[in-house]
Amino acid sequence: MRHGPTWFNVTSLVIGFSFLYLPIVLLVIFSFNESRLVTVWGGFSTKWYAELFRNQQLLDAFWVTIKVAFMSASVATVLGTMAALVLARSGRFTGRSLFSGMIFAPLVMPEVILGLSLLLLFVALDQARGFWTVMLAHTTFAMCYVAVVVQSRLVGFDRSMEEAAEDLGCPPAKTFFLITLPIILPGVIAGWMLAFTLSLDDLVIASFTTGPGATTLPMKIYSQVRLGVTPEINAVCTILVGIVTIGVIAASLVTKRQQLQKERDERAAYAEPS
Amino acid sequence: MAKKPIGPVRREFSPWDDPAAAPFIEFRSVTKRFGDFTAVKDLSLKIHEREFFALLGGSGCGKTTLMRMLAGFETPTSGQVFLDGQDLAGVPPYRRPVNMMFQSYALFPHMNVEANIAFGLKQDKLPKPDIEARVKEMLRLTKLEPFAKRKPHQLSGGQRQRVALARSLAKRPKVLLLDEPLGALDRKLREETQFELMNLQEELKVTFLIVTHDQEEAMTVADRIAVMDAGEIVQVATPAEIYETPNSKFVADFIGDVNLIEAKVVEASSAGTRLKAVADDFQIDVAQTVTAAAGDTVWYAIRPEKIRISRGKPPEAAVNAVGALVWDIAYLGDVSIFHSRVGESSTLRSTVANITRLVERPITWDDHVVLSWERDAGVVLTG
Repeated sequence: MRHGPTWFNVTSLVIGFSFLYLPIVLLVIFSFNESRLVTVWGGFSTKWYAELFRNQQLLDAFWVTIKVAFMSASVATVLGTMAALVLARSGRFTGRSLFSGMIFAPLVMPEVILGLSLLLLFVALDQARGFWTVMLAHTTFAMCYVAVVVQSRLVGFDRSMEEAAEDLGCPPAKTFFLITLPIILPGVIAGWMLAFTLSLDDLVIASFTTGPGATTLPMKIYSQVRLGVTPEINAVCTILVGIVTIGVIAASLVTKRQQLQKERDERAAYAEPS
Repeated sequence: MAKKPIGPVRREFSPWDDPAAAPFIEFRSVTKRFGDFTAVKDLSLKIHEREFFALLGGSGCGKTTLMRMLAGFETPTSGQVFLDGQDLAGVPPYRRPVNMMFQSYALFPHMNVEANIAFGLKQDKLPKPDIEARVKEMLRLTKLEPFAKRKPHQLSGGQRQRVALARSLAKRPKVLLLDEPLGALDRKLREETQFELMNLQEELKVTFLIVTHDQEEAMTVADRIAVMDAGEIVQVATPAEIYETPNSKFVADFIGDVNLIEAKVVEASSAGTRLKAVADDFQIDVAQTVTAAAGDTVWYAIRPEKIRISRGKPPEAAVNAVGALVWDIAYLGDVSIFHSRVGESSTLRSTVANITRLVERPITWDDHVVLSWERDAGVVLTG
């Protein structure tokens, strides 16, 4: 068997990664463009970043987005975790597969339809649209993602740990907070982060359910781009890309290190005489 | 069937022979059904205080279900469970004065050894110094002191098992339930731990109820064993009684190695019983008196170690003797197992302790031998 990279492998790698990352690299490069014209390189500059922090509209939109994302992710995590627990635990009952199918349907449902239906609901309820309606809408669609993530964590969960806690005198509700939640916490946190990210970059559903004074960053960017792409937008996007990249890399490094530490501990435990 | 007196048990402790003794745990005609499946069938059982009691049976015999009903994780479909005179119906698991050691150990992975052991005590809201003292005592008892600050994943299998034991004993329960506690350990460690369990039980004076499928384990640790099959108890007795006087073909076959011979009763009197093997033409003289009448078909059970194998004439005391041909020999080190053919179709197993170092076999393949045993060596099973 040959080990070193073959020409075929190298070529596929280059093409694949260029396809994925070339647009983003271009965006990052042009965010440092001196010129106001997006497609013409006018020399290196960070002035658009400075400009950005003076643009009150963009900053407002940023804060709205963060607040919506934080709140909707938190509520979605609670609801999604509950749904996952019920689905993983309740055993067989009539309509179980229908119920679980319905939980996961929004994953594949077109966002336009979800947005439209939520809009109709809010109109029917005569609910003034704004911050809270966007928050509720994001909670709705993020919840099923959380349910999926948490449920995968519950698959290998040994129920006898909960029984052991109850056996030792811990009532069921307390058992959940002392035993179950700490053990599934990595899944819950992953679910929260996914919900947060989904809310952060959602444009379609937010556009349907928002009202005056509750413009999210993706909506702001989209509306500005329609008037022409400015380097300022490139700068915002670069910052967002940077935050997400750092987050992902940090998370995977921590996980990797924990995994290695755990393996070392286990080897050490079995090597020494008991 | 007449109960034959057999040798003394492990120690002077037999409250079950006293009809006036109040049971500590009592199952009163308990039935448990899961859908169409009946896991436990109208079962009654009395267990006494400070007893080390074993529920023994194959998988799916209902032994674990029975234990879980005592712990409160299953509710009986009908019948009652009493503990120390109290009806346990409606008492949730977290209010029952019993603790369980789980087969998977079920240690809390996010807590260290100390916190695992202290968990139950904290639920009782004991003062902090008391908790610390009790944890320390449990660590000492289970020899876990050097590992107090470790998390479960930093422990070996044997250490985890001891943490699980310490955690379930920390609250000083009225009853300790052990669900296949040693199943995950290797053979040597398992044997050591069995003796540790016995010592611990004697030291703490707690009633132990163990569920196991391993008959050797049950025989080693338990004062009494209940052999279960298909949701019912087949026999409850001390290990020696179970082994020497099984009450049915099932128990005889389940516990240890046994030769089962189908036989017809030739003569049944107060002096004993005479049987004639169905398959081959030899007679068996038994000291036991049976209720069966002449002509009835019964089973005769005799343990391999009770059959002597010799090339010459059988010893005087041996009433039963039959000629055989050595067919197979298994040398296991401590003992050798001989499979000898009697007549056309029966094979009898006999074991011989290898009391001298093996230089040459006194008996070998295709030898004509005499198998002999005494009148009281085996039992007649009518059930």
